[in-house]
Amino acid sequence: MSPDNKKVKPAGEKEIETTGHSWDGIREFNNPLPRWWLWTFYATVIWGLAYMVVYPAFPLLKQATQGLIGYDSRASLEEDINHYNQANAPLDTALVSTALDDISARPDLAHYAATGGAAVFKTFCAQCHGAGAAGAKGYPNLLDDDWLWGGSLGDIHLTIRHGIRQEGDDDTRFSEMPAFGEILERPEIADVTHYVLSIAGSTHNPSLVNSGRKIFAENCADCHGPEGRGNRDLGAPNLTDRIWLYGRSQKAVAETITNGRKGMMPAWQDRLTEAQIRQVTYYIHQLGGGE
Amino acid sequence: MTRKLSTPSLYAAHEPVFPRRVKGRFRTLKWWIMGVTLGIYYLTPWIRFDRGPDMPDQAVLVDLAGRRFFMFWIEIWPHEFYFVAGLLIMAGIGLFLFTSALGRVWCGYACPQTVWTDLFILVERWIDGDRNARIRLWNRKWDLGKIAKRFVKWSLWLLIGVLTGGAWVFYFADAPSLATSLLAGTAPPVAWASIGVLTATTFVFGGFMREQVCTYMCPWPRIQAAMMDEDTLTIGYRFWRGEPRARHQRQLDAEAHGDCVDCNACFNVCPMGIDIRDGQQLQCITCALCIDACDDVMRRLGKPRGLIDYMALSDEANEKAGGKPRPAWRHIFRPRTILYTVIWSLIGVALVYGLFVRSDLEFSVAPVRNPVFVTLADGTIRNIYELRLRNKSPGVKSFTIGIDSEFSDLELSLGGNRQPSVTVAADSTYLQRVYVLASPESLSASTATTSITFWVAGKDDARKHFVKSIFNGEKQ
Repeated sequence: MSPDNKKVKPAGEKEIETTGHSWDGIREFNNPLPRWWLWTFYATVIWGLAYMVVYPAFPLLKQATQGLIGYDSRASLEEDINHYNQANAPLDTALVSTALDDISARPDLAHYAATGGAAVFKTFCAQCHGAGAAGAKGYPNLLDDDWLWGGSLGDIHLTIRHGIRQEGDDDTRFSEMPAFGEILERPEIADVTHYVLSIAGSTHNPSLVNSGRKIFAENCADCHGPEGRGNRDLGAPNLTDRIWLYGRSQKAVAETITNGRKGMMPAWQDRLTEAQIRQVTYYIHQLGGGE
Repeated sequence: MTRKLSTPSLYAAHEPVFPRRVKGRFRTLKWWIMGVTLGIYYLTPWIRFDRGPDMPDQAVLVDLAGRRFFMFWIEIWPHEFYFVAGLLIMAGIGLFLFTSALGRVWCGYACPQTVWTDLFILVERWIDGDRNARIRLWNRKWDLGKIAKRFVKWSLWLLIGVLTGGAWVFYFADAPSLATSLLAGTAPPVAWASIGVLTATTFVFGGFMREQVCTYMCPWPRIQAAMMDEDTLTIGYRFWRGEPRARHQRQLDAEAHGDCVDCNACFNVCPMGIDIRDGQQLQCITCALCIDACDDVMRRLGKPRGLIDYMALSDEANEKAGGKPRPAWRHIFRPRTILYTVIWSLIGVALVYGLFVRSDLEFSVAPVRNPVFVTLADGTIRNIYELRLRNKSPGVKSFTIGIDSEFSDLELSLGGNRQPSVTVAADSTYLQRVYVLASPESLSASTATTSITFWVAGKDDARKHFVKSIFNGEKQ
């Protein structure tokens, strides 16, 4: 570096200061930044440091430093939730005090129940019944018009509150399909399987139907009815329609008769608020299958 | 061993600029532009426009909560944001056009930074006097007189800042009622915060930062350099006419000197604090005040105007040789600027066309895909669709819904015994879940997909709106 800094004069122009740095005769012009820019930079540094002191910042062994003003994102979320809970409180009260069948007549309640119910459904119900409520094998489709235990608002409400075969709930829906593998001989099960397939309108072996009908009348008609149309009081499905929770193939029907079925749905009365249960009841009812 | 002791500072202290008052054609034009642009900015929110009951009567309103943009008879919904995008593209191409033709004309005449700085300097000149008085005041000790003047000036600046921030928030809410709530102190916090931020930026940028904003903060000077060419009209100094410059010309041999009398008028009026005689500089915002200042001096000396003037680089050689510059319109109308104008106009025409042909009803159908179909107890196949009807007119409208399908064997249902008709409130969106049913063993039920067309027809306006969709049968 050469010590001769300052004032270079390119041909015909004003003098321009150099930084005094010179490498092999190449000198560096000094185009100074405005000083306020430097102060702005210092200000951002101070802001950053202050932010670290005021807000939670440095991770320590157990948790981060707390910050001076005690900001907490969980508390902030809690506050938001409380805010909305309070804002919705009048609607919740109205929803609980309105008869289920009268909700649809009140547009504000109906809208609240349908949108709130959709959220409850996606959080608590979609795991089994599917996000679109179309169900799966063993988990009923809630969009169709076939209901094991009834599809009115009251029926759905009871099912959600007390569940299906929920142990410890006295009001739960209770009754189950016995395992006939211990009661009937294997040929008898084959016979009654083909009889059931015949009333379901599915492919079957006609030679077995007559003997199967007799076995059905003796063993199955108590719950499923003499014509196999089911009984909602017992949750016994209609065997003459197109909707089969566990499938309509010969194998699936034989398996059901041999081993029995006892699908289970939890009771939600202790896990959801009454308003939430009513919301999701209304939501399910308006999906297209409600009665 | 010699060590260099004096390192020059890498940071420069701010040198204040004290632009002198100037009169002239460009200054007059700038006063007019300032009046019109500031007038538009401050007064627009107060223009009323009747849109009928239940609709805002503010001519220009950005309704963020209701997600609507109103501008007189035009109403933009969020999904029509392409209109705004189109306007932004037009603004961009407009800047290309003006920059390639007239250089940094935006910076010099229309940029808010320039306009508000001009306004602030006007106030400053009114309180503190013109250039020399302001320089004296700047160098004076902080005595009572100076404090009083500073207090008055800053108070007026702050008032302008508050009015500027205040005008901004009126674009986002009903101006008269927001003004009332601001005066009563009941306005929402976001209004106060917006006013606060804009007051601070107006006060600081217009009062203290001024040319620093243009030189150090704004990216536009750098970008614009790429848009200029040798035909762009920029402000320059005819050094071949002015040099060698000399003071006291009357006493000297006029033949030996140029026209520039080195009076520094061009430098004194410059709001950027530069000397245009040094050539084109990054700082120059082409505000043309130096032209006015120099023209005035030339007039008094009895010499032709235009020692400092708008000129194009391509004329320089010609002019130096004593020729005449090409007329300004030859520089402005050339293939490049004409192409920009054509593109700009095409987008404008497309936007206006789009504005006039858009319907005040929008109808869309979203098939529910989870599940793709539902089998009912009797074997009926049911598909679910969500119909969305946007009524963009200011009146309530009733519609009948219907379907046409490939095999004409589908049935529409709204659930229960409801008639297939809906009523949509004014200026709102209505969602309707509908069911389409195919009876067991029908063609549509046993075909994988059937095409289906939904239609709606207004009760008063029987014109049908159609949307195509598909129906999913049992065979997938």
